Amino acid sequence: MTAAIEIRAVEKRFGNVSIIRDLNLSIEQGERHAIIGPNGAGKSTTFNLVSGHIRPTSGEIRLNGDVISGLRPFEINRRGLSRSFQVTNVFARMTVWENIRCAVLWATGHRYAFWKNVDDLPEVRRRTAEILESIHLTHRRDVPAGLLTYAEQRELEIGITIAGGADVIMLDEPTAGMSNMETDRAVTLIRRLTEGRTLVIVEHDMSVVFGLADRISVLVYGHIIASGTPEEIRNDPKVKEAYLGEEAH
Amino acid sequence: MTDTATPATNIPTAPRGNNLRFYGMWAIGAIALVVLPLIFSSGGALTSFSLIGISIIFALSYNILLGQTGLLSFGHAVQYGLGGFMAVHLMNAIAAHGWFIPLPLAPLAGGVGGLAFAIVIGWVMTKRAGTVFAMISLGIGELVASSSLILRSVFGGESGITTDRTALPHIFGWSFGPQIQIYYLIAFWLMVSTIAMYALTRTPLGRVCNAVRDNPERVEFIGYDPHVVRYIAFCLSGFFAGIAGGLAAINFEIANSAYLGAAQSGLVLFATFIGGTAYFVGPILGAILVTYLQLGLTSVTSVWQLYFGIIFIAIVMFAPGGIAGIVMMHRPLIRAGTLGTVIPAYLVSLVPTLVLALGVILAIETVAHYAESQGSAFSLFGIPFDTGSPLTWAAAVVLIVVGFLVARITWRRVAEAWDRATTVARERGYLA
Repeated sequence: MTAAIEIRAVEKRFGNVSIIRDLNLSIEQGERHAIIGPNGAGKSTTFNLVSGHIRPTSGEIRLNGDVISGLRPFEINRRGLSRSFQVTNVFARMTVWENIRCAVLWATGHRYAFWKNVDDLPEVRRRTAEILESIHLTHRRDVPAGLLTYAEQRELEIGITIAGGADVIMLDEPTAGMSNMETDRAVTLIRRLTEGRTLVIVEHDMSVVFGLADRISVLVYGHIIASGTPEEIRNDPKVKEAYLGEEAH
Repeated sequence: MTDTATPATNIPTAPRGNNLRFYGMWAIGAIALVVLPLIFSSGGALTSFSLIGISIIFALSYNILLGQTGLLSFGHAVQYGLGGFMAVHLMNAIAAHGWFIPLPLAPLAGGVGGLAFAIVIGWVMTKRAGTVFAMISLGIGELVASSSLILRSVFGGESGITTDRTALPHIFGWSFGPQIQIYYLIAFWLMVSTIAMYALTRTPLGRVCNAVRDNPERVEFIGYDPHVVRYIAFCLSGFFAGIAGGLAAINFEIANSAYLGAAQSGLVLFATFIGGTAYFVGPILGAILVTYLQLGLTSVTSVWQLYFGIIFIAIVMFAPGGIAGIVMMHRPLIRAGTLGTVIPAYLVSLVPTLVLALGVILAIETVAHYAESQGSAFSLFGIPFDTGSPLTWAAAVVLIVVGFLVARITWRRVAEAWDRATTVARERGYLA
């Protein structure tokens, strides 16, 4: 089976500074993969590289076997990869409903249509309503996204990410800044919404990582030092030394 | 907040709930367009209505860019003007060759002209939004306006290109000579264009335009290329601007370089912003007000542009949502039934605010007339003033100072009344 995401010998330099060095990572289809590592290790940069936000200096990234490095974000998205952002990145002046609906439109084949009534598309309406229901925001559907609470905006962020029906979902610190209760809720939500899809997640909260992930990769200074099951990672001496030392369970 | 107290958010908005009201509003608009010239039938009124109709289409087309897609253009008159020239050339060709194309179709040629130019130039222009787009639009505007003076065969140089609208084939026995017939022609295209542009806001593209306006970066991650979205919006906007330009050419029977210039581009920005970019109705209100003011003020004062500037600054500073924004702010209060609590405060503050405005107007007019010829007399609202008399200057200063001091107190009262009313509205669940 081809890997969902295959990163081969990727390097990213900004000027003379190498942010990512010889990055190799393979994520199987249907796997829940967490990337952990100290601040500044290059986790978000990795996300940006895979999703097309920035281009690798060298190396190759494949999505379901096809080379995607060098493509624009929307081209990668159309091939079935969708990501969320660490800093909430929604459409602030649009309502919650409109936010989700816009994210559904491309995937349902309506593209740039300016001859269809957007309220008259049953498939779009059904999927939008479904996603709103699943992220528990149906009762807030007519509120502009900018007026939501922080936790609600994070949920909306996840909703927008999954709305297009991509089969590879990348979530960048989805529970950052949430209370314990909100985190539990978000984890349940993520688990349910990414059922049957490939999930790549960057997260600082170790209980989330170990509770959610099938496999974990540890990124330090732009290089993966270990990759394996939660059990293997927990017992890996290199990881303990580099990262888990002070946060060990 | 309890669940029972949130009717606004609990009611799942029925997709076609307000059907009757919605179509009723459009019907009222259509009837008003038909009936208006029967009530105000003077030549001056018909001319005004015609110009207002044209500028509504123009402002609405501008708002496809500014309000919907977040593109600030300083050169929107290019598409308008080229539409005008296109229509004029077509009309002259029809008259010369005896083609059977009646006048009502000429604005369509204007639309095609605006669209064609947008298709050619738009791809490069819309590559980036924000300042880059604004600067390029300014440059293209100047470029086209100055080439219109050089390419004399196409644009007719300084004098422009004239046409005779009555030389086209007549239909229904209409010669389109009388202004009333031109009014109805404009009203027809106004209705058609307005419906089309409203419909555009309710299409997949229209909604994605809003997404591009709010957050172009994120749009790339839901499958859309923001460049393509901006480009299509720019082209459609150019089409409707061209229709407006074509109508203007028919109305004046001329197209000249002034159609394409920065002043025209500025005026549409002005009308759209004053009306309010966040609501579809905003540019309509703005176009009506600005055109009306322009026609009215030019005959009353020589410094009418100064008043425009003051109004614009006031709107930008105190009501960035424009007229439509101010009106819509009150919607939750009407629903919550607390509008009545703010109206008395409004009325009280109206008096000193008007005094202040009067003082400013008196000061401006005195200075303007003094600059023209010292010691001249003029009248304002029927009251005679003498610019040479210190009394006039003192009156202006007193009105401004007293007006401002009293108005400031009443404005504070308005703010307090507003806070109370919105708090109640929020408690009742009509405000997020």
